[in-house]
Amino acid sequence: MENYTLVVLTLAATIRVATPLVLAAIAGMFSERAGVIALGLEGMMLGAAFAAAAVSAVSGSAWLGLGAGMAASVALALLIGFATVTHRGNQVIAAMAINIMIAGLGPTLGLAWFGLGGQTPQLEGAGQRFTALAWPGVEAARAHPFPGLLYAELLSGQNLIVYLAALLVPLSAWVLYRTRFGLRLRAVGENPLAVDTAGISVTGLRYQALAICGALAGVAGTYLSTAASAGFSRDMTAGKGYLALAALIFGKWKPYPTLGACLLFAFTDAVAAQLQGRSLPFVGVVPVQFIIALPYVLTVLLLAGFVGKAVAPAAIGVPYSKEK
Amino acid sequence: MLDEGGAAVPAPPALELRNIDKRFGAVHANRAVSFAAARGSIHGLIGENGAGKSTLMNIVYGFHRADDGEILVDGRRVDIGSPQDAIAAGIGMVHQHFMLVENFTVLENVVLGVEGGALLRGGLDRARGELEKLARDYGLEVPLDTVVAELPVGLQQRVEILKALYRRAEILILDEPTAVLTPQEAEQLFRMLRLLRDQGKTVVLVTHKLREIMAVTDRVTVMRQGAVVGEVATGTTSPRELAEKMVGRAVLLRVEKGPARPGETLLSVRDLEVRDRFDVARVRGVSFELRAGEIVGVAGVSGNGQSELLEALAGIRMPSRGGIILGGRDLVREQLDPRRRRALGLAHVPEDRLRMGVVTGFSAEDNTILGYHDRAAYNRGLLLNRPAIHAECEREMAAHDVRPALPGLRIAAFSGGNQQKLVLAREIDVDPRVLLIGQPTRGVDIGAIEFIHKKLIALRDAGKALLIVSVELEEILGLADRILVMNAGEIVGEVARADATEEKLGLMMAGVKGEGHA
Repeated sequence: MENYTLVVLTLAATIRVATPLVLAAIAGMFSERAGVIALGLEGMMLGAAFAAAAVSAVSGSAWLGLGAGMAASVALALLIGFATVTHRGNQVIAAMAINIMIAGLGPTLGLAWFGLGGQTPQLEGAGQRFTALAWPGVEAARAHPFPGLLYAELLSGQNLIVYLAALLVPLSAWVLYRTRFGLRLRAVGENPLAVDTAGISVTGLRYQALAICGALAGVAGTYLSTAASAGFSRDMTAGKGYLALAALIFGKWKPYPTLGACLLFAFTDAVAAQLQGRSLPFVGVVPVQFIIALPYVLTVLLLAGFVGKAVAPAAIGVPYSKEK
Repeated sequence: MLDEGGAAVPAPPALELRNIDKRFGAVHANRAVSFAAARGSIHGLIGENGAGKSTLMNIVYGFHRADDGEILVDGRRVDIGSPQDAIAAGIGMVHQHFMLVENFTVLENVVLGVEGGALLRGGLDRARGELEKLARDYGLEVPLDTVVAELPVGLQQRVEILKALYRRAEILILDEPTAVLTPQEAEQLFRMLRLLRDQGKTVVLVTHKLREIMAVTDRVTVMRQGAVVGEVATGTTSPRELAEKMVGRAVLLRVEKGPARPGETLLSVRDLEVRDRFDVARVRGVSFELRAGEIVGVAGVSGNGQSELLEALAGIRMPSRGGIILGGRDLVREQLDPRRRRALGLAHVPEDRLRMGVVTGFSAEDNTILGYHDRAAYNRGLLLNRPAIHAECEREMAAHDVRPALPGLRIAAFSGGNQQKLVLAREIDVDPRVLLIGQPTRGVDIGAIEFIHKKLIALRDAGKALLIVSVELEEILGLADRILVMNAGEIVGEVARADATEEKLGLMMAGVKGEGHA
């Protein structure tokens, strides 16, 4: 019984950790499928996390915060587009520039506006955060742990953004494989010249893809500062943008496998959290450093071993120009 | 400019260009070009590399905008600023490098850009029906649900033609369409083009191959240095006359050479196998010998293992099995790198000149010492001996008629032919015994082709052993004393030059084994 509760709680933690990863990885999928490396996810998320927390703190509305987060992230994505699509700059450098700029800009603005050492004020008021939504009958369900606890802890009790992330995966798969936009998006990441000769604007498509990428990464960042925690703190993305990119590659740039990769990374993270301070049979107490490193070790192993044959969109990272 | 047929009613040309002018910076790519192709005809556009053919056709297809001049379709002036405009005007183009998304199916490739609605399903079904009808009408059968990367190039080209027809193209421009085809596939393409013409379509065939112009076109326009230098009915001209118009002087289409006098074996290759990075065998158990005083040609459709063979011989790729024996030493077992192989007298002129033959950002003289930069003659202590390098480059330029003879000029500013002469000069300057030459005249103008071919034959007569890999069958037939044909990584046959015909080689290139044919 105690183990069962533990498993359910671990799964619930997995979902909470996976949510920003899924949002960011799917955001990255739109960008990379269009041929633009999504290394800027980290900066977009961090920028969105700051904007969302700041606006929510000032306005008192989590929804306005979400709007601000998405707007900030889209603006950053379009800035990357301006550098790499319009001016054909190097995508890695443009994205890293954004990441580094935001890492400094958030705390700086935070310090100037709120005087709290680079953080935003704690979001304590009602409606300032996206909080857990309780489904009907939760209390009754708890009386019957199986399957009641699954219902209470996994299906119910999540915030709105979690449900949004869950819906996003089938939706993006549908867009990618069943719509005209999806066909063109996949084509422009493989052979932009073919798209151009078919009479479609490569630049237009890439900007659209980046705008979608920015919007979704904005939701991911907003989740971090207004749902998973109550305010912005320095470097709060902690590499989740890069982890999402790793999940995208591990998922071979496809929606469902990418979801699987995100869940796997999140699960390791949740298990690691459970392992802290516990004594395992044969091993004894596992050092905390090892446990924290576990998801990243797994990432390296997976990327090095399992996805050796993953084929990236052929034109990724290459600025498009007619002249060759 | 009306085509005087038998009919009394003059119809406007399907495609007419008037005084098209285009500059790229200092380069005057098209000088007041006028061109007309009659409806229901196959019109050839011929010229050397850099004559402005591609620029002209890219203007027609909306890739570039002309600085001046006008385009008329069926006598009506059209403004073409993008491929979209060209498609709307009924112009379709089959590019030399296919504009296909490799991991899409044939059907997806065809509908890309004309999906017929925001959702794919309905559009794809309609397209399927229409494509099946087109396939019946024009004999253009292609498996619609196969991924394009899995199709042979001949069929990929068919997909490109289908794309144009599906967009209701009345004028079809083909840019160097036979570069990737076997002679038989090319013949099949020509049959298709004649069928299209007979159905009233207008075909513009852009090529530098005289034989194709003679085989399939009704009229031909010749371009040289950005300008049109002549237009004639194909029936009233000859390859020699066209070649002279293209080059602007008399040229030898085939270099004269005496019989080979092969001597001792210099290079022998035994059961060589080369695998690519996906561990797929690209060269499968190839064995042959190369003797002093002979030219051995390797024929084959591009992508059948010739490049990998050449790279393995030169030391750029390590074979997974087999031996390469040069001067009594096994280069594979000793794992010799290209530099050590060069020291043993093995020179290499790579296939892809711009990627492996030269450093495009370097001057001509710096390119002259690439790979030989450590020789004593080019060094003075720790520093390069600049005057010596400059003098060496000047000497090579004079000996090989490289123009302009400016050692300090960036290599990218030279024409393809002059770049190739410099690479060849660099490699033969060290007096190698064995020369590996990939695509000796790719992207090289006719004048320079003549020079390079003569040079190669002179090297043979001086007792060198030459291995020439070329996808141009005419070049192989013109130079080689012995021909090896490769298909799917294997040598499917060996033919003495005297016994070789284009048909026989073409069949072997398509994979029909050669032994029984001789």
